[in-house]
Amino acid sequence: MPLELFLDLHSQPCRSVFIFAKAANIPFEYKAVVLASGEQYGDEFAKISIVRKVPVMRDGDFILTESTAILMYMVRKFGTPDHWYPADLQKRARVDEYLAWQHSNMRAHGSKVFWFRGVLPMVTGEPVPKEKMDSALEDLNMTLKLFEEKFLQNNPYIIGEQISLADLVAIVEIMQPVGTGLDVFEGRPALSAWRDRVKKAVGEALFDEAHKVIMSPGDLKQTLTGQEMPEFLKIRVQKMFI
Amino acid sequence: MELYLDLFSQPCRSVYIFAKKNNIQFDFKKISLLEGEQYGEDFGKINLLRKAPAMKDGDFCLAESIAIMIYMAEKFHTPDHWFPADLQKRARVNEYLSWQHMGIRMHGSKIFWLKLLIPKIIGTEVPKEKMDDAMEDLNNSVKLIEEKFLQDKPFIAGDQISLADLVAIVEIMQPVAAGVDVFEGRPKLNAWKERVQNAIGKDLFDEAHQHILSAQEMVKTMDGSKMQVFKPKILRMFF
Repeated sequence: MPLELFLDLHSQPCRSVFIFAKAANIPFEYKAVVLASGEQYGDEFAKISIVRKVPVMRDGDFILTESTAILMYMVRKFGTPDHWYPADLQKRARVDEYLAWQHSNMRAHGSKVFWFRGVLPMVTGEPVPKEKMDSALEDLNMTLKLFEEKFLQNNPYIIGEQISLADLVAIVEIMQPVGTGLDVFEGRPALSAWRDRVKKAVGEALFDEAHKVIMSPGDLKQTLTGQEMPEFLKIRVQKMFI
Repeated sequence: MELYLDLFSQPCRSVYIFAKKNNIQFDFKKISLLEGEQYGEDFGKINLLRKAPAMKDGDFCLAESIAIMIYMAEKFHTPDHWFPADLQKRARVNEYLSWQHMGIRMHGSKIFWLKLLIPKIIGTEVPKEKMDDAMEDLNNSVKLIEEKFLQDKPFIAGDQISLADLVAIVEIMQPVAAGVDVFEGRPKLNAWKERVQNAIGKDLFDEAHQHILSAQEMVKTMDGSKMQVFKPKILRMFF
């Protein structure tokens, strides 16, 4: 029986898991979760994970949450090419270093800009206050600067010559604000070049497939307004970034 | 090997405890975060991210406590239980180490700042609503630790202590140091804490936490004006 992956491709960590499984030819059953409907808060989903987040992996009886844990599980179980999570002590440390740092930096700030530009205005009916938006954009810019200076430097990829889990986890997070029409790659040639390399390394068709829902301009709005977001979810969403 | 540490910081404590427990030789390079030493030019050469802990092993510099501990575990061949080779046990450890950044670290840190440091820096207590919200987040986090990560097991990965328990305990101790007794009314969590302390060694645990547990006293005599450099960051992060 293949792995089951519970995914919503609006979610960055779902995209990294999706892309990796496909790129590494790991067979899996795609179990769609619709976050905008609030189904992750229902009783059915609780049987999968009481953390109520995606992605989730189920391998037989074994249920695992957290995209980076799922990625590493897949690497170890299926013996994927070394460059994804190198055996070399220092190279691996560089991957671990990025995967740890990114939670409260790239992910936090990219998500926040996405929510402020793409979600909250639709839920509240008004734009986010300018001061808050400017603050969020500044944080994102600082993070991208640090990403280029510390993690990429002059290398083709984060660990050097080849793509690893670090680049994959980075790109999906950076793409999130791009989905709202904010081109973070503009004026950043080194970052753009790295993005092109990453796209090529995973396969452009796969990359585009994974990012289709987030990059469709009308789709997200339709998803959110047409979906009739449950009231409890609206409240939760608004509370998230006060 | 050099470890740049400020034991006020949770991830510095886990790295410190792990290295000491495993008899890993290191040079303790003290760094004072509240005095802003992480923003100096010298430290920038060690870690451009300007955070502690940081490790320097020969020419190799590494940031992020989890990356540092995994590096030490592999390089110094520490006992398997810290970072088990078994596929599923390792996954459980990785799962916790990933979740905890935003799952508990963020909330425990916030309580510490809101209760102790921010009033000192901005001169007034934090609004009740903010404190209540932060406490609710912390309580939800601790609930998840008990219900999802611990369940009925002695430790997060099973029968033995691992990096997951170590990283968990240092984060939970932060709000404790701010005067919030997280263990009160939580016998299961308390029992786990005792097990973790015993597995680490009470002396080592106490030594690592000595500094942070005197935080409430320290803050009374702290000069708030010296910490104004943190004000913009605080206003952004917490208000």
